[in-house]
Parts: sequence; structure tokens; C-alpha cells
Amino acid sequence: MRIIKDRQIIEDAWVHLSDEVAPPNGKVTVPFSRWLVERESLLQREGEIGVRLDCQAPEELDVLAPDLPRIQLVMLELPRFADGRAFSIARLLRQRYGFTGEIRAGGDFLYDQMFYLARVGVNAFEYRGPEPLEDALKAFETFSVKYQPAADGTGLIQQRRLSA
Amino acid sequence: MYTYDEHDQRLVDERAAQFRDQTRRYFEGKLTEEQFLPLRLQNGLYIQRHAPMLRIAVPYGHLAARQLRMVAHIARVYDKGYVHFTTRQNIQLNWPKVEDVPVILEDLASVQMHAIQTSGNCIRNTTSDPLAGVCADEVEDPRPYCEIIRQWSTLHPEFAFLPRKFKIAVTGAPSDRAAVRVHDIGLRLVRNAAGEVGFEVIVGGGLGRTPIIGKVIREFLPKRDLLTYLEAILRVYNLHGRRDNKFKARIKILVKEMGVEAFREAVEKEWQAIQGTFPLEDDIIAWYQARFVRPQYDPRAAEKDWEDERGRQAEFSAWYAHNTVSHKVPGYRVVFLSLKPPGVAPGDLTSEQLERVADLCERYSFGVTRTTHTQNLVFADVRQTDLFELWQALKEINLATPNIGKLTDMICCPGLDYCALANASSISVAGDIYRRFEDLDYLYDLGDIRVNLSGCMNGCGHHSVGHIGILGVDKKGEEWYQITLGGSSADDASLGERLGPAVAKDQVADTVEAIIKTYVDLRLEDEPFLATVRRVGVTPFKERVYANH
Repeated sequence: MRIIKDRQIIEDAWVHLSDEVAPPNGKVTVPFSRWLVERESLLQREGEIGVRLDCQAPEELDVLAPDLPRIQLVMLELPRFADGRAFSIARLLRQRYGFTGEIRAGGDFLYDQMFYLARVGVNAFEYRGPEPLEDALKAFETFSVKYQPAADGTGLIQQRRLSA
Repeated sequence: MYTYDEHDQRLVDERAAQFRDQTRRYFEGKLTEEQFLPLRLQNGLYIQRHAPMLRIAVPYGHLAARQLRMVAHIARVYDKGYVHFTTRQNIQLNWPKVEDVPVILEDLASVQMHAIQTSGNCIRNTTSDPLAGVCADEVEDPRPYCEIIRQWSTLHPEFAFLPRKFKIAVTGAPSDRAAVRVHDIGLRLVRNAAGEVGFEVIVGGGLGRTPIIGKVIREFLPKRDLLTYLEAILRVYNLHGRRDNKFKARIKILVKEMGVEAFREAVEKEWQAIQGTFPLEDDIIAWYQARFVRPQYDPRAAEKDWEDERGRQAEFSAWYAHNTVSHKVPGYRVVFLSLKPPGVAPGDLTSEQLERVADLCERYSFGVTRTTHTQNLVFADVRQTDLFELWQALKEINLATPNIGKLTDMICCPGLDYCALANASSISVAGDIYRRFEDLDYLYDLGDIRVNLSGCMNGCGHHSVGHIGILGVDKKGEEWYQITLGGSSADDASLGERLGPAVAKDQVADTVEAIIKTYVDLRLEDEPFLATVRRVGVTPFKERVYANH
């Protein structure tokens, strides 16, 4: 499957596992609930591991936090595009918990939200909207002005002191 | 007022381009109705009863002459030649076409205006005191902070999809003219014991179907912490606000369900983690203060009390007494333009009037007018010696009705005539009441009375904080009206108490009249209406109103 990662279209190697499937070696993600139960055995495998959050229980992030150094990817599955909790969760992951791995957006989100998602720390997108991925790349360029700080920098409000 | 720099301008231009693209994708079927909905709402575009409605942002109520002219042009070309001023100090167009909105946004951007976040589940237009910067009781001018908050909240990547809409008001004066206690966040500039200026932070107030007076969660917040503290509040709300029930999704319900102490703790904990990350240093504040172009007041402007002219001209005298207030700069006075003349929907203005207001504010008030949350306009900086001339000019365009703060200066939502949510035709009821109280001498004898009308529970007419609140409800397809007494959105904020069963539409004016007669009978010398209601309670009013039912 093709996805957008770090503002490029790439062929994705990650496999999203459900609860039942035995984990193969390689790059796999599992739901948070499964991670909680099978954490040790999942880490025994060969390959990278990712955890999927459904973004409907913000406290899961605190639970996951101690494990972050051992995982390579956190996937935020937006339940509905209008549910903005994932935006806070992404920012906390990047800034509060200092997660340097891949933060991937999946689930229900709009092309128009990719600019915002990128600003709060999401760097990979499983975009399934009507626009081709080549067009979706343009979403990152929608605005050249950022007033407020987010996971991607300081924002114009602070920069303005330089010109004061 | 604030003037854009090239960054601010680029942002509104890019926003207009973005919406042009979104509208195209919608018409091409690439965005579903459901997907287009939040995108158009965040550009102020509703689909209403008769036509779309577009809400234009007026940050903290400031409008320059060229902006007024552009709004007049837009109303004439793309609408029916008039606009409506709202309680959020914004402007609404009632009849635009969806396909015209991209070009309307481009026109607005050309005069430093936009419709960003005037609707939708995001941080809305920041409102303020219409007397900001000119009232003598101010601790500090709140407008630079309003602008900082406007920018911080504009296209905020984390808070664009909140559980519900989110409203912030800021005031710099102890006398609250910005209704800060009925906002999701209310900020008051205050001085602490050490003489430093900072913010009192009030959270969880709001109107609508569950009206609540906000709670103070911080007595004193240093200025440098303003934005991190706002971020902490918004993050707690975004993560923990209810998303299962639209009617319980506002922050006031979260504060109520958690309890204000637990809510405060959650905010403080969040804030501790980010407190120093982007301080609002003095030099940043100074940058914003410097971008506010201040009027060049004439130090030689003369004081004039107009006593002789007032003796000769009763009408002018009434206007002077009721529609103007004092100014902190000697030789100047603040003038209110009443958008509540007889026979006009409260808050409506035609394109021709807008253009005349533009001319007049250029001539008499440094080219700026302000909107108020009571749906009037203000010329904040008028030379006292110009008052008579200005009055004559305002009379010509029907904006000199001397009723500011009086019973006929009603707040009224558009109601059933325009709004898809409404149950009742608030505008015609306001008209009924108006006709009953047209005698100005009687109105002056009654003193200041705030009458607020809403056509539905959502409370756009702020009925729950009216001294007399009137709420339209639907009973088996008929319009009925619930009356409340004793509400206030000022310093002494309170919610009105229900008078009794709802009354029929044709009884509303009679009911208001009975309430007023009761007040006249019960008041002590010079006692204002609200004070009488608070002293005697609603029972005497109830007995009188329902005596013949």
C-alpha cells in the first residue's frame, strides 16, 4: 500500500495485525489492548513493532508512555474526522513524551486536516480520500503562516519579538 | 486598531484560496456534505432556513471605514443589501449563495477581514469591551491581548476540532461590558497586591440551554503565562470534554461534572508541564501594542457640555444623555449608534447606512467604528465640539434613536425569520414590545432595562441574562414564550428566574407591560429595575402577570 511519509509517497511495509493473527517477523502493528497483554512476546520477534491507539481514551497514552522507547511506530486511528482528540494526543506524544519514531494517522481524516496533523507531530498518513496521494501532498503547503507554536516549531507570535 | 503585516495578510489570502479549493471539491463531489460541513462552518458558512448564512469575523468589534464599505459592497452585490450585527460583535449576511462565498472571502481579505472560525467546533471570535482603550476605569487596554489570542487561536492545529464551539472574551475594566462571566473563558485584566497587571481567569460560563455563570479558576495569571495557560485549558477540554452528546459537550458541562476544583487541578497539572515553553514576554506584547494604530488625539480639543443647545433641543438633549458617555481623553466623548430604531429588526443595517457610517466615522472618529454585544455601534473618539453635527448626520440615517440601555434597546436573535434552529419569531415579538413602549419619556423614567429575546434554547439572544428574558418555545406547532426576570451579564452576573408558565405570542407585550407596571409600583426612589427584582423576588411580578389567566 502507498502512503505519505515525511512528505513523500512511499510503498509501506508495515502490516496491521488484528487481535487473533499470530505475529510474523517484520514490521507489524497491534491494537493497544493486545500490546498490553502480549507486550513481552511481541518484543521477542524479529522486526519492528507499532501500537495502534483508537484515540478515544486519552489515558491510554500515559499507560503506553513507559513503552515508547521500545516501539517504532504509534498509529493514531481517528474514529471520526471531526473528533479532535488525536490532535492533542499526537502533540503530547511528540513533545511531552519525546517520541521520535513514526506517528501515523489512520482511520477517518480529511485531506484538509493533514496540514494540522503534520503540525502536531504526525509524519505519516494512510490517506484514503478521493484525492490521489500526489494531490494530497499539496495539503502541507496550504498555509505558509503559522501563528502559534506546535510540535513543529515556535510560531509567528514568538518570532515577532525578533522584529520588535 | 490593529493593522496587518505581510504575514497576517498572507494568511487570510491563503485561507480564501483554501476555501475556493474546498468549494470546488464539494461541487465536484469529492467532499461529501458531511465532510464539507465543518470546513464551511470554520469559514462562517451555514446552510439556513431560506438560504446560506455567512458570518464575518469582527475581532473584538473593530471595523475601519474601508471595511465597512467593503461589507456594504458585499451585501449589495451578493446579498439583499443589508447585514445583521450579532451578539458576538460579528456581522451576518443572510442570503449569500454558496458558490459566491469564495469571492466574498477574497473581497474580505482585501481589506484585512475574514470569516475564519466564526462558526464550527473551534475557538471563535474573541470579543471585548466596546469601550476598550477609551474608558477611564480600565486597568489596561485589553485589545492587544485580544489580538494575540485571535492569532494564537487562528488555525490552531491542535484545537480546530473541539467537542463544541469555544468562546473567549477579554476585558480590561472592572466594570464588565464584555460579559466575561458567560463565556467558555473570560479574562479580566486585574492588578495584584504587588501592583502587577495580569489576568483573572474565569472558565465554564455560557448561555444556551444550560446557562451557567463561569467560575474563577485563577485569581491572578501573569501576562507571560497567558498562552500556555489557555493551551492547558483547551487541551484538558479537547481530551476530556464529552463527545457523546452534543448538548453536553461544552466546557461548562465538563467543569460542572468534574467539579471546579478537580478541573482546576487538571488544568494546573497540564500547565506545569508547558508553563515556560512559549512565554508571552513583554517585548512580544509591545510588538502587538505598537501595531495598534492609536488615534492622534488633539491635545487642544475643547470641552463642551452643550448645555445651551440641550436647553433648546429636547431631542438632541435626550440623545446626548442616553447615547453618549464620557471619554478618558479631555475634549472627547464616546457615541453609541442605536441599531434599534422603531420598525427595524434589532441589529440590521443597510448597505447605504454602512457607507454613511463609514463616511461619518472617518469624519468624526478617526475612521473606526466598533460593534457591541448588545447589537449597536460605537464611535469611540468623537470631539465634544462635533457632537451636535454628528447627531444631525446620524438622525438622517436613522441611527440616532436615543434609547441606548433602555427597554427598546433589545438584544434579539434573527429567530424564525432566518434561522434554521429557531422555534419562534423573535423579531416580530420584539416589534410588538417596541410598539408598546414608544414613549421615550416613559422609557427614560424606567431607566436602564435589558430585554433579551431568543427564538430558541440555543440562546443567541442571551435571554437567560436579560433583566427581562424572553425565550421562544414550540408547543405543538404554536409559538409560546417563557419569561425570566433578574438575569444580568455584567459584573453582578446572574441567571434570570422563570416567572411562570409560558405565555402565548400575542400576550408577550402585555406581559412585559404588566412586569413594568409592577416595577413602577414597587420600586424605591431611583431604584433600577434589576435591583427591584432582586429585592422583592419574582413572586410579586408573577402574581400581577398571571392574575387574569
